[in-house]
Amino acid sequence: MSTALLIEQLLNGLQFGVMLFLMAAGLTLIFGVMGLINLAHGSLYMVGAFACAAVAAATGSFWLGLAASLAAAAAAGALVEIVVIRRLYERDHLDQVLATFALILIFSEGTRWLFGSFPLYLDIPSALSGAVELPGGARYPLYRLAIIGVGIVVAAGLYMLISKTRLGMRIRAGESDREMIGALGVDIRTLYTVVFALGAALAGLAGALVGALQSVQVGMGEPVLILAFVVIVIGGIGSIKGALIGAILVGLVDTLGRFLLPKLFVAFMGPSQGTTMGAAIASMLIYVVMAFILAFRPRGLFSANA
Amino acid sequence: MRDGVGMTRETAIGLFLVAVLLAFPLVASAMGEPFYITLATRMAVLALAAVGLNVALGLGGLVSFGHAAFFGIGGYVAGILASHAFNQEPIFSTPFAFMGSDRMPVVWLFAMLVSALVALPIGAISLRTSGVYFIMITLAFAQMIYYFAMSWPAYGGEDGLSILSRNTFPGLNTANPLSLFAVCYGLLLVALLVFAVLRDSRFGAALLASRQNATRLAAVGIAPFPVRLAAFVISAAITGLAGALYADLNRFVSPSMLSWQMSGELIVLVILGGTGRLFGPVAGAMLFVMIEFVLGGITERWQFFLGLILLGVVLFARGGLVGVLAGKVRHG
Amino acid sequence: MRRILTASVLGLSLAVSGLVAHADPMKVGMITTLSGGGAGLGVDVRDGFMLALKQADAKDIEVVTEDDAQKPELAVQIADKMIQSDKVDVLTGIIWSNLAMAVVPNAVAQGKFYLSTNAGPSALAGEKCDKNYFNVAYQNDNLHEAMGNYANTAGYKKVFIMAPNYPAGTDSLTGFKRYYKGDLSGEVYTKVGQTDYAAEIAQIRDSGADAVFFFLPGGMGIAFMKQYAQSGVETPVMGPGFSFDQDVLGAIGDAALGVKNSSHWSKDLDNAANKRFVEGFQAEYGRLPSLYAAQGYDTANLLVAAAAKASVKDADAFRAALKEAQFDSVRGKFKFNTNNHPIQDIYVREVIKEGDVLTNKIVATSFTDHEDAYAKDCKM
Repeated sequence: MSTALLIEQLLNGLQFGVMLFLMAAGLTLIFGVMGLINLAHGSLYMVGAFACAAVAAATGSFWLGLAASLAAAAAAGALVEIVVIRRLYERDHLDQVLATFALILIFSEGTRWLFGSFPLYLDIPSALSGAVELPGGARYPLYRLAIIGVGIVVAAGLYMLISKTRLGMRIRAGESDREMIGALGVDIRTLYTVVFALGAALAGLAGALVGALQSVQVGMGEPVLILAFVVIVIGGIGSIKGALIGAILVGLVDTLGRFLLPKLFVAFMGPSQGTTMGAAIASMLIYVVMAFILAFRPRGLFSANA
Repeated sequence: MRDGVGMTRETAIGLFLVAVLLAFPLVASAMGEPFYITLATRMAVLALAAVGLNVALGLGGLVSFGHAAFFGIGGYVAGILASHAFNQEPIFSTPFAFMGSDRMPVVWLFAMLVSALVALPIGAISLRTSGVYFIMITLAFAQMIYYFAMSWPAYGGEDGLSILSRNTFPGLNTANPLSLFAVCYGLLLVALLVFAVLRDSRFGAALLASRQNATRLAAVGIAPFPVRLAAFVISAAITGLAGALYADLNRFVSPSMLSWQMSGELIVLVILGGTGRLFGPVAGAMLFVMIEFVLGGITERWQFFLGLILLGVVLFARGGLVGVLAGKVRHG
Repeated sequence: MRRILTASVLGLSLAVSGLVAHADPMKVGMITTLSGGGAGLGVDVRDGFMLALKQADAKDIEVVTEDDAQKPELAVQIADKMIQSDKVDVLTGIIWSNLAMAVVPNAVAQGKFYLSTNAGPSALAGEKCDKNYFNVAYQNDNLHEAMGNYANTAGYKKVFIMAPNYPAGTDSLTGFKRYYKGDLSGEVYTKVGQTDYAAEIAQIRDSGADAVFFFLPGGMGIAFMKQYAQSGVETPVMGPGFSFDQDVLGAIGDAALGVKNSSHWSKDLDNAANKRFVEGFQAEYGRLPSLYAAQGYDTANLLVAAAAKASVKDADAFRAALKEAQFDSVRGKFKFNTNNHPIQDIYVREVIKEGDVLTNKIVATSFTDHEDAYAKDCKM
């Protein structure tokens, strides 16, 4: 195993973590402000990917597709918030879990209804295709570096938004005291719709960016959804900083686990059993890490409401 | 919490549902439609699983998003014991040889025991957290077990494990659908009784108090943690028992019984019927299986309409089916 | 209440059945995946199957179709319903091996026929084979074996192999290694449902392999191929045909061009039945058929041919008629082995572009009259 490979795998872990962060940021924002568990967040991710693929196919431009993904996911988010989610804020988590579980079914079959049963085509833009040389000799795909860049921009943007703008002030007020901001004359219904649409747009952006790397198909949001929940729970629900650190932790642990554990097990058990056993443990690893962290820090690493 | 009149009405509705569940397969049998017996058995088994979850979720307020773990473990216990008994291979040979078993009572005992033993550490760790963290940590544990079952080749991995001949019950031919229904229905009634006794016991009162105000409970000298842990373990054992029956009903067990979608479905059953209500799981399972069956027969887009119905229940029928029928909102 | 897809208008069939001296009517239960991410596969099997019935004008074959949502428990429930309530004679349609393992042993134990349109788990070819279970597709290992064999011909010496960590995955790599004679430069098992393969691609680059063989069904394969093409790694890729067939090629895009893949069927197979199938499918559904559609089409034609010879109510005669397999297969030649699994040629195809459409053409024959490795374990 060369140093270059190890560096490349660290970069892969970081990149996977950033992808998870894009997904987790919206989820944790929505939870932090409205106290809502949104299982349908993965569906908004899917909406973004499908919108991007459809528009890119029609116009030939990935960038128009990307814009469409933001618009479509934000619109879908706002619509869902006004029709359904709004009625759930005062309910307990149980009702929220069931209602958003139902939304997953509706979104999945609705998307299949609109777009058919076969996966869609979405490729990376030609400006970002190809690979760049890394120090040490390895080549790394430009597009993946760009995703890391987008992740950093989104993280910085959210930080600025929350700490420096009026909307951010209201969001912070909403996190700490929901009745209070109503009394301050802030239209809380609109605020909640805006925050939900913002979270949805982030999910849609993630779906479009990641959709170009993966398969744009019905149900694509579900595996990512579970990972995003792992991320925000590790990081502390409601905390953007926690989501970023949790995402990178999960990305690194998962990538390095998949890479190193089989090698480790082969050394002890021989190649025939070692590779499958190592892979089995690697697939459980992030959940083990999550349980371990929660066992010692029951509210995650950086809980916003601690 | 409870006024006499409302209780009577809710109980009456519950007893009516239980009677319908019994009558359904009997009528089907008389009409020569054995499939509906199987459908009723499925309702009874899923209701049993939901009764288990209802102990944690309804009484203890512990929203476990990982109960599929216990459901699946129960299923795998049934599958593994049966396959070893069938092949005459010992599961372990020290300190004594254990050949598995194809007798239902033995299988049930092991299913409950293993589920409870797994639930003990999961509960001990998970109960340190609360709220969303509890929901997600229970999910994480279930995912661990799911991925383990997926990749563990000894018992079929993702392909699952077939039970070649259904486990036996003394004095009954379990291959006969009606006998199997009788067994499952009987266990459901026992579980409902256990639930009712638990709810009205001092333990149940402590559990209820622990969810409303853990500090006050601690002040009167009852530590909330052991009460909740006990509830979680009992809950897991009942769901594990249901898992063993489910495996016997399908004559098959696979990791999909351990999936997060299954955990979600179990929650759906409880809420659909009415969280925390004695007969809620029965109503929920009957309704869910019926919706799935009827919709699946009408359109291949059935999941879309299932979603709409579930959404309608959460938004407009608080208290679930039993709540609506009893005409009284009791928020669980 | 039930969605019954009859092959024709009922009234018409009543009118005609008086004229044609045909076998008894037969009822077929089709359990397949019509919702969720895997729906494309089930839709193709169903469409191919229904096209064959339509072309054969098989008015006395009634088909009941239901969606299994890719859930084994639901498939079991539907099978129970179709057997006990709809009283079907034949079951078919399942895509996934784990669903087949849940449904098939119980169905055949109740004396029903099961014709597999896709899934071919090793257990059902070997120890748990059954006289009423016929696989009209291929045994799961076959396509991987063909690629292993081809790797020798192509002169590869250091192949990197990869599959998800579940039984179908380990089986596929076992199948590949059964015929491949060179060394392995790596053997990696990925997580089921994994969507990011950067870590594995880095290992491929590092391993110095001269070729890559992978088994990653569905969306996993699409994701891997796109990421592989973007990574700049130039090592040639090989895979089983279903990862490069008509249902997914559109989603992979040009990244698939030139990839060698193994299949028992191809659009360009030169025989009359295949021409009729491909043209008929395009005319009926407005898209190119996939190998799933071909398997569904062959299954229906096998049923039609057997029904012309014997009544399904006479199980022994019907079974014998099925086993003869005297139908015009889109694969050209087709016959059953002792374990009721196909003996057939397996080809190596290459992904090419016809105009704007990605598709395959046959470049070599990997096996002639290939049998699966489990037939010897089957005692009927």
